[in-house]
Amino acid sequence: MSEHGTDRVKRGMAEMQKGGVIMDVVNAEQARIAEAAGATAVMALERVPSDIRRDGGVARMADPRITEEVMKAVSIPVMAKARIGHIVEARVLEAMGVDYIDESEVLTPADEEFHLLKNTYTVPFVCGCRNLGEAARRIGEGASMLRTKGEPGTGNIVEAVRHLRQVNAEVRKVVTMSEDELMTEARNLGASYEFLKEVKRLGRLPVVNFAAGGVATPADAALMMELGADGVFVGSGIFKSENPERFARAIVEATTHYQDYKLIAELSKDLGIAMKGIEISTIAAGERMQERGW
Amino acid sequence: MKRVGVLALQGAVREHICSIEACGAKAILVKWPKDLEELDALVLPGGESTTMRRLIDRYGLMEPLREFAKSGRPMFGTCAGLILLAREVAGQAAPHLGVMDVVVKRNSFGRQVDSFEAELSVKGLEKPFNAVFIRAPHIVGVGPETEVLCEHEGKIVMAKSGQFLGCSFHPELTDDHRITNYFLGMIPSGTGTLLPNGPLYSKV
Repeated sequence: MSEHGTDRVKRGMAEMQKGGVIMDVVNAEQARIAEAAGATAVMALERVPSDIRRDGGVARMADPRITEEVMKAVSIPVMAKARIGHIVEARVLEAMGVDYIDESEVLTPADEEFHLLKNTYTVPFVCGCRNLGEAARRIGEGASMLRTKGEPGTGNIVEAVRHLRQVNAEVRKVVTMSEDELMTEARNLGASYEFLKEVKRLGRLPVVNFAAGGVATPADAALMMELGADGVFVGSGIFKSENPERFARAIVEATTHYQDYKLIAELSKDLGIAMKGIEISTIAAGERMQERGW
Repeated sequence: MKRVGVLALQGAVREHICSIEACGAKAILVKWPKDLEELDALVLPGGESTTMRRLIDRYGLMEPLREFAKSGRPMFGTCAGLILLAREVAGQAAPHLGVMDVVVKRNSFGRQVDSFEAELSVKGLEKPFNAVFIRAPHIVGVGPETEVLCEHEGKIVMAKSGQFLGCSFHPELTDDHRITNYFLGMIPSGTGTLLPNGPLYSKV
């Protein structure tokens, strides 16, 4: 007897990605570059976040042709993005056999009230979060992996740092609370009581939590690992840099050896120009992707 | 105390460390060639084999790992780790370490939606083992000296060949430490007992 799509199988897949770098790619050629550089998975999408931000309009699931070509091009896992609450985009990606779905605020939400009920799918999901309450709600719906939201497509790490510190501080607080304080904390966070009991028992989140949304350099990736991320997503940071192959390799190595500062210095030499960043305060409130979803 | 390294380039490192320590041995992270010194055994964890291989090459770990194998000390590969150990990987021109006498095929159960858990009957274990398979490889061929320890639906998913133990699935993802214990049992008795007083280990 074999059981498919269990929590253990779906969360376990994310455990295998730990210490790794998942790279956004928009075609088979980029996917091959990412795999050769040592990416643990690729995220197939139509446009990287910085292009979505620049072009405006509605951002949707990628053309299945692109995703299919990426799946054929590499042997590492392939992830793909569906719009928040878009049941059919998610089911289509599942039917295509993608290995992980990102219910992502980088795309224009299809539903401003309800996220997907992810525990009804065989394919696992990763979702963004800014705090422990958001993490709890996504896990409650069935997310098997989390990532910080950060502010995608900016090349600015400040929001990812804020979100990871926030989640980790709230985890530490829950762990040190007494049992009789947890219900009030659950109400305050918008998390379930059972979830907080589990966090307290484990001393950590019950699923893997990666950094995402603003990683542009090897030092950024190492910073997120230092702050306790289990791994790193890089969106625009690689293929919007001057030398994607070298950036990709350097970010992979900096993630593995995140506390080896001499090595990170070496890795960071002569990489060429990183993606051009955006200062967060120059982005109008309505254009911040992290505000999408709840 | 037995000192067991875990190759810590990427993947399910934490889970193996928890399992090793739950079995009463000392777990050591291995990121550099020097970390292989003074180990009694080594675990190659699950993760992405292509990523691990790139980092093995980049940081000069290939020869030290092969030397480690030559020294006769036990090595245990789970999933990606099994792929690294195998003497042949189906469809690939060259193996990775190529030290364990098995031929493996990658992703041979399909993609993630085909990943599963199942109760396995493992030779040497009294009760069934609940195993988690994630985009798992399987063993398509074994050498004459290789002992098949478990099959699932006609596919070999666990084998032992001399000092090498390999499985397709992830014992580290469960709280059942019997397979880690089995592996620790492959370390010759008496090894590591000098640890608490031996001056050799003073830098621990």
